[in-house]
Amino acid sequence: MSIEQQVRDYILENFLFTNDASVLANDASFLEKGIIDSTGVLEMIFFLEQEFALKVADKEMIPENLDSVNNIVRYVQSKQAGVVS
Amino acid sequence: MCGIAGIFAHDGGVPPQRVELERAIAALKHRGPDGHGFYTHGRIGLAHARLSIIDLAGGTQPIHNEDQSVWVVFNGEIFNYIELRAFLEGQGHRFYTHSDTEVLVHLYEHYGLDFVQHLNGQFAIALWDQNQQQLILCRDRVGILPLFYAEQNGRVLFASEIKALLPVLGRTPVLNPAALDQVMTFWSTLGDATLFEGVRQILPGQMLIAAEGGTRKQHYWEWRYPSDDDYHRTPVEQQAEELRALLSDATRIRLRADVPVGAYLSGGLDSAVLATLIRANGIQPETYSMRFSDAQLDEGVYQQCMVEHLGVQHHQVQCSAANIGREFPRAIWHTETPILRTAPVPMMMLSGLVHARGAKVVLTGEGADEVLGGYDIFKEAKLRRFWARQPKSLWRPLLLKRLYPYLEFNPARAQSYSEAFFGTGLDQPNAAFFAHLPRWNTTAQSKQFYSAEFKARLHTDPLALLEQSLPRDFAQWHAFNRSQYLEASVLMANYLLWSQGDRMLMANSVEGRFPFLDHRVIEFAARIHPNLKMKVLNEKYLLKRALKNELPASVIARSKQPYRAPDIPAFFHNGKALDYVDALLGADAVKRYGYFDAQKTGFLLKKIRAGRALGYKDNMALVAILSTQMWHHLFVENGPRP
Repeated sequence: MSIEQQVRDYILENFLFTNDASVLANDASFLEKGIIDSTGVLEMIFFLEQEFALKVADKEMIPENLDSVNNIVRYVQSKQAGVVS
Repeated sequence: MCGIAGIFAHDGGVPPQRVELERAIAALKHRGPDGHGFYTHGRIGLAHARLSIIDLAGGTQPIHNEDQSVWVVFNGEIFNYIELRAFLEGQGHRFYTHSDTEVLVHLYEHYGLDFVQHLNGQFAIALWDQNQQQLILCRDRVGILPLFYAEQNGRVLFASEIKALLPVLGRTPVLNPAALDQVMTFWSTLGDATLFEGVRQILPGQMLIAAEGGTRKQHYWEWRYPSDDDYHRTPVEQQAEELRALLSDATRIRLRADVPVGAYLSGGLDSAVLATLIRANGIQPETYSMRFSDAQLDEGVYQQCMVEHLGVQHHQVQCSAANIGREFPRAIWHTETPILRTAPVPMMMLSGLVHARGAKVVLTGEGADEVLGGYDIFKEAKLRRFWARQPKSLWRPLLLKRLYPYLEFNPARAQSYSEAFFGTGLDQPNAAFFAHLPRWNTTAQSKQFYSAEFKARLHTDPLALLEQSLPRDFAQWHAFNRSQYLEASVLMANYLLWSQGDRMLMANSVEGRFPFLDHRVIEFAARIHPNLKMKVLNEKYLLKRALKNELPASVIARSKQPYRAPDIPAFFHNGKALDYVDALLGADAVKRYGYFDAQKTGFLLKKIRAGRALGYKDNMALVAILSTQMWHHLFVENGPRP
């Protein structure tokens, strides 16, 4: 399964509590849409660290990395490529 | 404390039958296990279940005046009854008991409807005036004691708890959708609404007068704050002394009882103050605490510090997640409304400890945070307003990190996200709900679980409803006082004193008494300038100053830790739910009851079972859905008693 699909499934099930894929656009801001709040982002970080075997540094906990499906995919790919975001 | 119920028939309503009163009062046995009393005469019927605390031998209710033209049933305590009795006897009134109840009928004779202005106490009163053929229902100023009513076919039915009305109403209860939506916003219903369609409450500080032709209501007391800078102008030290003297007297008159009076000891400032003032009044109370296995929630170290300081005989009850889960259904039977955290359940276990020790009365620190400015939300709003003055400042929002240090998943840890959360409404720092919107928005997240059918039943906006009910001069009050008002009139009255207070105490026939909610203390505190209530970020500053020489330095210095209890862990152990949780949250029950979406609820359960539900929102959603389902199971599907 692609990173994008894994992230989408996770967000849909765990924050939107649905399997209706149409309710989540890949470029939708989690903050603006009220999908994820400050404790939700910690849950998501646990998920990313577990699923993709990476470590999210405190300074990387920023919307540019975590605030949409697209941002997360880009961030995970850069971490896996060894590029510090 | 006791339970009352009654029926008034007007405009062709069927006169009350004794059997109806018996059915109603039987549902309140937990409030008054020490005896029953009834009065029926024509169109009025009064019933009383007694918990004997004052005048153990002679205080049987209903009680009447000299010529039996005024009758009363009453739940609560009139703490200044000794002074009132002396005054009334001086006016020629003759008493036939030694109870506090009897002052009510004579006071009514003397002052008419203004009698209530002279009471210092906590009360729900039903008074029948035979000559005027009118029934008067009224509640204490802040809502310590409950009083519900319903109007049906030319009758007014009333009772201390809704479960006593149900057998008399004789219909299957229906959930009031607007009320559930209010709970899902504020943690509590608003105004006089209850979860039960057609059942309302008398508001705190309100009186209902029923007579031929119908009912009318009037307020005799409201929370007020200065709108014209009319704060105390005396030196700080003098204000501290006055506050201490008032609190001491409020405590003194709350020690009046013919049974021993104990005290709750949480480990925080408020209960430490009370225990100290009780001792200063010459009484060595037995004290009671709850302990948690979870070290994050437990305050045992601080409790022990006070126990050693006071030298009191102390008792404690251990609250584990497992026994909270076990006791939860019984708690909802008593709250009669959904809750969003399990916090009431340990309070019920604590009153169970008091009861098991053979005690009936405890003093508690409830109300101190509302009256004297102790809550984190006041601090949070102060910081957010400070930030709002320079919204582009990089360092001002960093101060938010000082909030909530006791939370494992501190929302301030992820800075950008905490800024988004706390930044809500930053462009409108003077808006009526500036302080509370972040909390209410978070609570409202649970509404995403509503079913489509339930959403279609909602037609009112809870925030608009609250805004309409605000006092006329609310906008002129200091922002800090506005927050205090909202905490006191919404959350304290309809959640803390209801689900977490009276109903959890009465579940075990224990009476709570609240010196910080003495109206003299409230009215004095309203005129303490906000900067003395919270000095910079030091909460309840004037209270600390008032008691600084009598309390251990560690209690004064300690930051406030809000009372919390385990939520999800109470219902799931190693990913497995308790049986009743499975039954109530299964797709069948969720669809049958119709309030929530079965698929969404299913995903929430899956997340919880996988151990991924860590945050506040998921915990709150689970308890909200479960308690609503439990409410339906207990009161709609299965009738009276689990």
